[in-house]
Amino acid sequence: MIRARGLEKRYGDKRVLRGVGFEVAPDGFLLVTGPNGSGKTTLLRLCAGLAVPTAGELHVPFERGRIGYIGHEPLVYRELTALENLDLYGRLYRVVERRERTGMLLERFGLWDARNERADSYSRGMLQRLALCRALLHDPDLLVLDEPYSGLDEEGAALLDRELEEARSSAAFVVATHDPARIDRLASSKLALA
Amino acid sequence: MNYFADVGALARKDLLLELRARDTLPAMLLFVLSTLVVFHFVLPGDSSELAAKGLLWVASVFTALLGLSRAFAAEREQGVIDGLVLAPSDRSAIWFGKALSVLAFLGLAELVALPAFGLFFGGVDGPMVAGIVLADVGIAAVGTLLAAMAAASRARELLLPLLFLPLAIPIVVGGVGASVTDDPSRYVGFLALYDALFAIICWASFEYVVTE
Amino acid sequence: MSTSLRNNRLPALALLAFALVVSSIALVFFYAPVDADGLNQKIFYFHVGIALTAYACFAWGGWKALRVLWKRDDDADLESYVAIHQGVIFGALTLVTGSIWARYRWGHWWEWHEDQLVLFLVLFLFYSAYFMLRFSVPPGPRRANLSAVYALFGVALVPVSILAIRLSERFIHPVAFDRGGPNMAGSQFFTFCVSWAALLTLAALLYHVELAGKRIDVRLRELREALR
Repeated sequence: MIRARGLEKRYGDKRVLRGVGFEVAPDGFLLVTGPNGSGKTTLLRLCAGLAVPTAGELHVPFERGRIGYIGHEPLVYRELTALENLDLYGRLYRVVERRERTGMLLERFGLWDARNERADSYSRGMLQRLALCRALLHDPDLLVLDEPYSGLDEEGAALLDRELEEARSSAAFVVATHDPARIDRLASSKLALA
Repeated sequence: MNYFADVGALARKDLLLELRARDTLPAMLLFVLSTLVVFHFVLPGDSSELAAKGLLWVASVFTALLGLSRAFAAEREQGVIDGLVLAPSDRSAIWFGKALSVLAFLGLAELVALPAFGLFFGGVDGPMVAGIVLADVGIAAVGTLLAAMAAASRARELLLPLLFLPLAIPIVVGGVGASVTDDPSRYVGFLALYDALFAIICWASFEYVVTE
Repeated sequence: MSTSLRNNRLPALALLAFALVVSSIALVFFYAPVDADGLNQKIFYFHVGIALTAYACFAWGGWKALRVLWKRDDDADLESYVAIHQGVIFGALTLVTGSIWARYRWGHWWEWHEDQLVLFLVLFLFYSAYFMLRFSVPPGPRRANLSAVYALFGVALVPVSILAIRLSERFIHPVAFDRGGPNMAGSQFFTFCVSWAALLTLAALLYHVELAGKRIDVRLRELREALR
């Protein structure tokens, strides 16, 4: 159970989050909405463990290796190929049957044919798909997704829809999005940031 | 052991990145050669051989700075450091892997610098090489951590030399001492001490450099 | 944390510092015997004390830095910063007093064979970079962490630099110079102790005043934010 109470995050003088509280069950799906600058990205970074709260409580009972994260950057090395990137992450996350899993994910996101091309030759949509492969590679128990649909074309978005539906019952989700209508049906709870 | 597997994967990644980008290492090689040539014009005619040997260390330190300024470039520009920090591996493995790759680049630069120095100024011997090796270890260890600090700041490349040079002074003393005195073992020992002490400090504190 | 300057400690500390500084000046000029070096030697009573006080400030800064990393103590970051700031001030004074002393002893404003002076030059450079680091990172836990790690590097650098400077003399200045510094008789030692106590108290006073001031700044900003 992920628990937050009176969560505050301040960067120097700027208070980005104030008095945020929520709960997410191990199979829950928290949908985070709000205008630009409302702190969605900061909140998700806190959940993923990339930042620590300035005040309040945040309890995320998942080890680092069990969390999958999508941020604004795809977090892949541009000079490496998709295969090399996923191989690196696979090693760092101790993914069992690394090669098979990498191949499977690349195929599911339609990147298998481009697997040996450097990421700097990828389009924005392809990079986002690669980022999704990276986030799902280690079969995480918690998925923290910051605007996962951004950059995806219709086909990519459909692929992501399918992945989310399939993983819905086996993981907890904290998802920030500008387009809540798309995944509204999956959400078990919502949080609107001012 | 998982830890060393992580270090290996990360070091391999850095070497692979350089192989693809091919920008840092050629720059370092060209820089060290150019610097040595400049030194020829800097030394007055009656300078001792010892002065020239001292200058080799200046060249090494500044070539290292050039390489170090690019050390975390990929991670910083593309934000990939977040990806590495999120992984379950020990954060110090990031430092260790990166430092190993920096050491490899320094080693390659020295493979060019030492013969060139021997050619231009003469007098490369065993203790000097030992000094260079140990000095490079120290530079790689401390420089990698400081490069990560600089990468987290707004000033970036400007900051790294400022942070690094005071810490490089003992390295230079050790190296020059090993090259010019008749008691090099004392200086080589000092370099080993510096390396051990600062490598441990870097290893233990890197976690805090990349997390909040 | 106390931001109040009406906190009883500070005025008492200021009074003590004043008393000690006055007494030490009196002792230095009227009580301590005039040495072979003449008036110039008197500066040593302050120079050494200032140097030792600078070390104490850096050590205190290092201790607080350790608390930042180890205990995640929020206050400790500010305390570490202020301590190092004081250390740099006293370090600069060490260089100035040392330079004056060197001018009257050796004839030049700088002497590379004065180990203490060279060490302080290196430390001054190092801790100046500390400020550059701090100013180029936005405030927050990241800055606190980076500052703390760097401050700890500084603590390790002191003994290593001392050793390095000594080792460097063998190939920089093969001629042996006699090391400056008094061998102190009883009355001189007493004078030295009083002046060192005065300097430490002065440093403590400045530390607390600056800390209180900075804490007020922080509190003011927090209140301003809360009102938004």
